[in-house]
Amino acid sequence: MQKMVIIGAGMASGRLLEHIHEAQPDAFEVTIFNAEPRGNYNRIMLSPVLAGDRSFEEIVTHDDDWYADNNITTRFGEKVTGIDRERKVVIGEKGEVAYDKLILATGSAPFIIPMPGHDLPGVVGYRDLEDTNAMIDAAANREASAVVIGGGLLGLEAAAGLRMQGMEVTVLHIAGHLMDRQLDEAAGYLLKNDLEKRGIRVIVEANTKQIVGNGKVEKVLLDDGTELPADIVVMAAGIRPAVQLGHEAGLDMGRAIKVDAQMRTSDPDVFAVGECVEFDDNIFGLVAPLYDQAKVLANTLLGKEDTFTVREISTKLKVTGCDLFSAGDFAEGEGREDIVFRDPKRRVYKRLIVENDRLIGAVMYGDTADSNWFFGLIKDGTDIEEMRETLIFGPSFQGGGGASVDPLAAVAALPLEAEICGCNGVCKGDIIKAIEGGVQTLDGVRTETKASASCGTCTGLVEQVLAVSLGDGFEIKAEKPICKCTDLTHEDVRRLIKAQELKTQPAVWQELAWKTPNGCHVCRPAVNYYLLSDWPLEYQDDLQSRFVNERNHANIQKDGTYSVMPRMWGGMTTPDELIAVATAAKKFSAAVKVTGGQRIDLLGIKKEDLPAIWSDLNDAGMVSGHGYTKGLRTVKTCVGTDWCRFGTQDSTGLGIKLEKKLWGSWTPHKVKLGVSGCPRNCAESTCKDVGIICVDSGYQISVAGAAGMDVKMTESLVDVATEAEVEEWVTAFVQLYRENGKYLDRAYKWVAKVGLDWVKEELSDSDTRKALVDRFDISQSVYQKDPWADHVRNRADQYKPIADLTKEAVT
Amino acid sequence: MSWTDIGTLNDIPLRGSRIVKTAVGCIAVFRTAEAEVFATSNKCAHKGGPLSEGIVHDRKITCPLHNWIFSLETGEAQGADQGQITTYPVKIENGRLLLDFDAVIAKVA
Ligand SMILES: Cc1cc2nc3c(=O)[nH]c(=O)nc-3n(C[C@H](O)[C@H](O)[C@H](O)COP(=O)(O)OP(=O)(O)OC[C@H]3O[C@@H](n4cnc5c(N)ncnc54)[C@H](O)[C@@H]3O)c2cc1C
Ligand code: SF4
Ligand code: FES
Repeated sequence: MQKMVIIGAGMASGRLLEHIHEAQPDAFEVTIFNAEPRGNYNRIMLSPVLAGDRSFEEIVTHDDDWYADNNITTRFGEKVTGIDRERKVVIGEKGEVAYDKLILATGSAPFIIPMPGHDLPGVVGYRDLEDTNAMIDAAANREASAVVIGGGLLGLEAAAGLRMQGMEVTVLHIAGHLMDRQLDEAAGYLLKNDLEKRGIRVIVEANTKQIVGNGKVEKVLLDDGTELPADIVVMAAGIRPAVQLGHEAGLDMGRAIKVDAQMRTSDPDVFAVGECVEFDDNIFGLVAPLYDQAKVLANTLLGKEDTFTVREISTKLKVTGCDLFSAGDFAEGEGREDIVFRDPKRRVYKRLIVENDRLIGAVMYGDTADSNWFFGLIKDGTDIEEMRETLIFGPSFQGGGGASVDPLAAVAALPLEAEICGCNGVCKGDIIKAIEGGVQTLDGVRTETKASASCGTCTGLVEQVLAVSLGDGFEIKAEKPICKCTDLTHEDVRRLIKAQELKTQPAVWQELAWKTPNGCHVCRPAVNYYLLSDWPLEYQDDLQSRFVNERNHANIQKDGTYSVMPRMWGGMTTPDELIAVATAAKKFSAAVKVTGGQRIDLLGIKKEDLPAIWSDLNDAGMVSGHGYTKGLRTVKTCVGTDWCRFGTQDSTGLGIKLEKKLWGSWTPHKVKLGVSGCPRNCAESTCKDVGIICVDSGYQISVAGAAGMDVKMTESLVDVATEAEVEEWVTAFVQLYRENGKYLDRAYKWVAKVGLDWVKEELSDSDTRKALVDRFDISQSVYQKDPWADHVRNRADQYKPIADLTKEAVT
Repeated sequence: MSWTDIGTLNDIPLRGSRIVKTAVGCIAVFRTAEAEVFATSNKCAHKGGPLSEGIVHDRKITCPLHNWIFSLETGEAQGADQGQITTYPVKIENGRLLLDFDAVIAKVA
């Protein structure tokens, strides 16, 4: 087997490893070094960690088990000090490792401006967990103040995070406006205003002279004599590719390590990926291109052809409430024209930069709903001459009157190349061709072009194309709207939330012309779900839009009391857990019921007692069983190989793994799984949303079963050989359902709508599967937390009456 | 009237509700999407569902048990359903919530 050594366990190499292990898990014997004392994590999520929205554990992308499962030797906390290309060995602090293929993935280091005082304790960069923790520690002191040097993406995320931690924060920026590489002056100004509103002081054109302190940072001095007290100084003034190793090893260098389009350096056995790379005079500082590189490199290493190309990237700032977007080039220049839109009252600013009838840059502040559309125009180099006059108003206004006036006009005005069906890549022209060929119905279009035959979210658009082309000959079938608050169907709302990037409920009500001020009990839970499923990182879940059970994390019973059900992973429990359950049942006088999903339900708990019983169960190590959710409920298992004489695989263990992966995720309706150890199917897996039957050769995964008002057997999705594949397929299936299902449609109903063939087709593409799992994981990083602990900690008051007037005189 | 202080506006989540315990039963105090409060009996006119656990929308409340909808202003059931819940005077003064306790007793008695 070929020996592969990777230096650096960052975002690029993490992706690389995943690609390799997905394609050919045993192609290489891998050793990975990392100077940080830990493995791969999602570095860009350090900002939410700093802001206190996330814990570090939640952003780890590969844990110890993952490396162990994949037979990767890890040398974390060990820096590589040299490379000997003659002998083909890498020299680590604790010894050498030989390689056949070497990957440099060392990333960048923060650039520390060498001003006087830069080496005082209390001056930190912003790059890794140590930096983040140093900032959090500094903020522990209530009255503390911080100075952030650098008003770019990183600096501002640091500033916002520190402010969230309660510090006095000042940002010093040398240029005339913030984020000057991504924003123009006007947008920079609006951003500065918004930051100041949240209590962050911003000084632009700030020339920092010196950091002063006796043994540790005390203050920062500016050229003009300004003195700023500081308990911590964060330097976020730029990054430098970490390329010393490549340099010393004699590789071809530019500003970073030079690579070709296959990510190969000047040595054919040495490759580089990530921020330490220079390609075609470009260096990289955001993850999108690094992910492309990782994929190309994986292919190259596995002997498949692939080529890296530089693509346009766009920027967003991860500070809630500061909605900004920029992409492309917006420097002023000859032959360049500006289209500017301003609405001071709404604090909206948009600027488009046009050259030779092509959009080459866009800056947006305050309203970024159309940014994807503009970004598409930039990437594709679309000729915009025709729509120039209304360009700035975005896609919905490309019909003249505006979509809000007449959606048909907007569709009529779309160019023939406009993509209508994203799943199958069908453009308007294809559909028109089919119609000209005689097709007259939606179903006809589906068979002929595949448009809308997949997830169905584009159905409305396809119907509009039909209506525009056939005139009176076609009547759009009236799908039922969600409720009386809107004329739109669930599918429309889902599609528009994605297309217009609506990220809050008020945005949905406003932009989609809701007829009521804030919805009703029918649409609000649906919209809340769509938003959190589409924008897990940005949207804030709204408890007031949840049914009582989900708001109070327990099942309301007919007498107004609640039932509480702790999780028993895969149906396993322990004597200690049972004692805790029994003690709690006694203490709170609960009725005790064993449920159909292999758990214990404690009934008859008073609302006021909920936090107390949760807390007791939490103390015994138990978490909420989500017995009430539109989310993962149970994973029913049989005893499998552990005890059963027929068992072929560890069905209990697999069930536990699946439950640990999936719990806490919200779905359009409840989701139940079953895992049986052999075809005798003691866990009744074949009437679940997802059922797994273990067989000698591996695992049969089937989906879309039901055992409620409808009874339906599952249908086969795929047969796989390993547990890891089961986990991947099941997660991807659940995520596909999460992203496309209509609220309150069980999985079997949704599958019936979109067709099992489409589901299979989507999931059989390994890239799609991977991307689904990635998106699921991102969502879990926010939502996989025990609601009981959370409510006990943060909301226990809400469970008590606001006032007790029982002692008040009643005459 | 006897205006009784029951807490602050911020004790009630936006589009949410809290209850006030009294010797003659629980009262639900609702806050709409605005700085606006209403008080009603906590019992649904249908089968006594705990209204304070329902979803607040506009100036209406949907009962969590079987989705009857009541106007918070008049207490009348909306749509096809027939029924009435009791409403009580409540007001905001300097961010404090004041409930007319006399009215509570009067309406129960
Ligand atoms: C706080 C923060 C927020 C960010 N937000 C975003 C964002 O929103 N969007 C975006 O696109 N990008 C963002 N970025 C940038 C993004 O994180 C980087 O582009 C990306 O992590 C680079 O990946 P990499 O694999 O090249 O390097 P890294 O992820 O930095 O990994 C390199 C690793 O190599 C190790 N290493 C270096 N030298 C050695 C050696 N000699 N021996 C052993 N190990 C070594 C380092 O310790 C490090 O762990 C953010 C960065 C930070 C710090
Ligand atoms: S499904 Fe098979 S392995 Fe599991 S308990 Fe039943 S007989 Fe045993
Ligand atoms: S109890 Fe309120 S609607 Fe039935």
